Amino acid sequence: MTPEEIQRALAEKFGEAVGALQPANKDPWVEVKPASLREVCAFLKADPELRFDCLMNLSALDYPKKNQIHVVYHLYSYEKRHTFILKALLDRAAPAVPSLEPVWKSADWLEREQFDLMGVQFEGHPDLRRILLPDDWIGNPLRKDYKEETHYHQMSTTRESPLDGFVRLDELKKRAAAASAEAAAEKKDLPS
Amino acid sequence: MTEARRAPESPTMEMTSNKEILRRIEYTGDMLLNMGPQHPSTHGVINFLVQTDGEVMKRAIPEVGYLHRSIEKIGEKCTYNGFMPYTDRVDYIAAMFANQGWAMVVERLIGAEVPKRAEYCRVIACELNRISSHLISVGTMAMDVGAVTPFPYALREREFINDLLEELCGARLTYNYLRIGGVAFDLPEGYGEKVITFLDHFEKILVEFGRLITYNEIFVQRLAGLAPIPREMAIDYCLVGPNLRASGVNFDVRKDEPYSIYPELQFDVPVGHGQMGALGDAWDRFWIRTEEMKQSCRILRQCIAQIPKGEVMGKVPRKIKPPEGVEAYSRIESARGDMQYYAVSGGTENAYRVKVRTGSFTAMGIIDALSRGLMIADLVALIASLDVVAPEIDR
Repeated sequence: MTPEEIQRALAEKFGEAVGALQPANKDPWVEVKPASLREVCAFLKADPELRFDCLMNLSALDYPKKNQIHVVYHLYSYEKRHTFILKALLDRAAPAVPSLEPVWKSADWLEREQFDLMGVQFEGHPDLRRILLPDDWIGNPLRKDYKEETHYHQMSTTRESPLDGFVRLDELKKRAAAASAEAAAEKKDLPS
Repeated sequence: MTEARRAPESPTMEMTSNKEILRRIEYTGDMLLNMGPQHPSTHGVINFLVQTDGEVMKRAIPEVGYLHRSIEKIGEKCTYNGFMPYTDRVDYIAAMFANQGWAMVVERLIGAEVPKRAEYCRVIACELNRISSHLISVGTMAMDVGAVTPFPYALREREFINDLLEELCGARLTYNYLRIGGVAFDLPEGYGEKVITFLDHFEKILVEFGRLITYNEIFVQRLAGLAPIPREMAIDYCLVGPNLRASGVNFDVRKDEPYSIYPELQFDVPVGHGQMGALGDAWDRFWIRTEEMKQSCRILRQCIAQIPKGEVMGKVPRKIKPPEGVEAYSRIESARGDMQYYAVSGGTENAYRVKVRTGSFTAMGIIDALSRGLMIADLVALIASLDVVAPEIDR
């Protein structure tokens, strides 16, 4: 099925909760209200015409200017060989969206990754904890306004640049030439 | 045999942190074993928290992140062209595919065309890389289950490929060969003959390898029926590539979501059918990789015969600056399966967001569910059969 047909099927079933197809992009996507996300996904998986049996990818985008975080779901159907993209638009201050772990098992680790790096809360996730970073890490690095702490367990997170104080060889030669020229000029000025 | 070794259903434990896991395990009187982070069979730095009662595991919880370098954040900080060398580090066993995924997603963003000859160069480089990656995979897997001999056999053949790739792009591990809109260098003179000479030699070795290890009675006994992954479970956990095909799903991105010049090439997609034990067991996953190497040889021969003359770089603007808000998605069949890049443009020379979905990451997610009731020695075989590579998990 084409994305247009899938969107029509969703809009018929869920009405307001599913937005229009956004064809301005290379890959069209559809906005889904977070409150009805899990029902929409369960329908996408179970419907005999759609049969989206795999959650391929889950990523999140941070938009500080719009004050939004978008969670992007890439779905694929191995049975019907079609793909579809959903987006949930969340408030940046408290991003929370229902977990899809009960629908697709692959959501378990993919959601943990976005919780870790982007700070999105997945409500109803069985084991929501950091996955790539240590448990006591502060902040979510993929946020646009993330500032790294200067120290982690008294270890510095920055290091001196090996290029500090570095002077190019031709610059050194230029300086030497200038110095010798100056010395020669001084010598000239001296009364003989 | 199959039924006995499959993990029984056990109640799932809820937990919040590693300390919590420790506390509960102490309470129940089971033994907690830290397998890793430095362990020869984990193929990189991965830790497994193994809860055991004797030799039998109750569960093994993978702890990843030791190799996290935040490659996605780096992608936001450097230009589209400048990110290419970093993609090598996503998966250093099969760096050519990570290159291709990135090149393809940016080409989709800006709508660039790639010349035909460059596409052939890409496929030749990628298929060589697929063989070398699978050689590492089958070699280390054989070593992990106790057969040391096949490992140097596999590495010896891999050396020939390393030499070929070095001649092509000057590097033996992190190639940085692809460019957005083409490839960095044309094939050197006489390259086709060298590849054919290697293939003539290698196809004989593959037969020998099959006799030596794949159909070896002891090896089959060790792996057949071990940790089978049913078809539905494989799809549900988003397993990809050889692991998915071993479970009987006939899906290959090269065939089913075709890209590059793969529609013009003749090759088969090997699918597991449980010929030695259960469908989707560790032996099936091993066998799929040996079969894929044969198919890669077929593809390489066709490419060498068909490669057209022409340019190797398409017309790409010097400064790549896609309009704001455009997003693109690319899927390629890496050695470890369906590798996906998702890139969003912010209207500048840097990407607004880069996301790399790799096969190893989702493959690690299934280990917890599969490990219940397995022996500790079987966990080693399970990890090896899934062919996970630590940098690809952590990125």
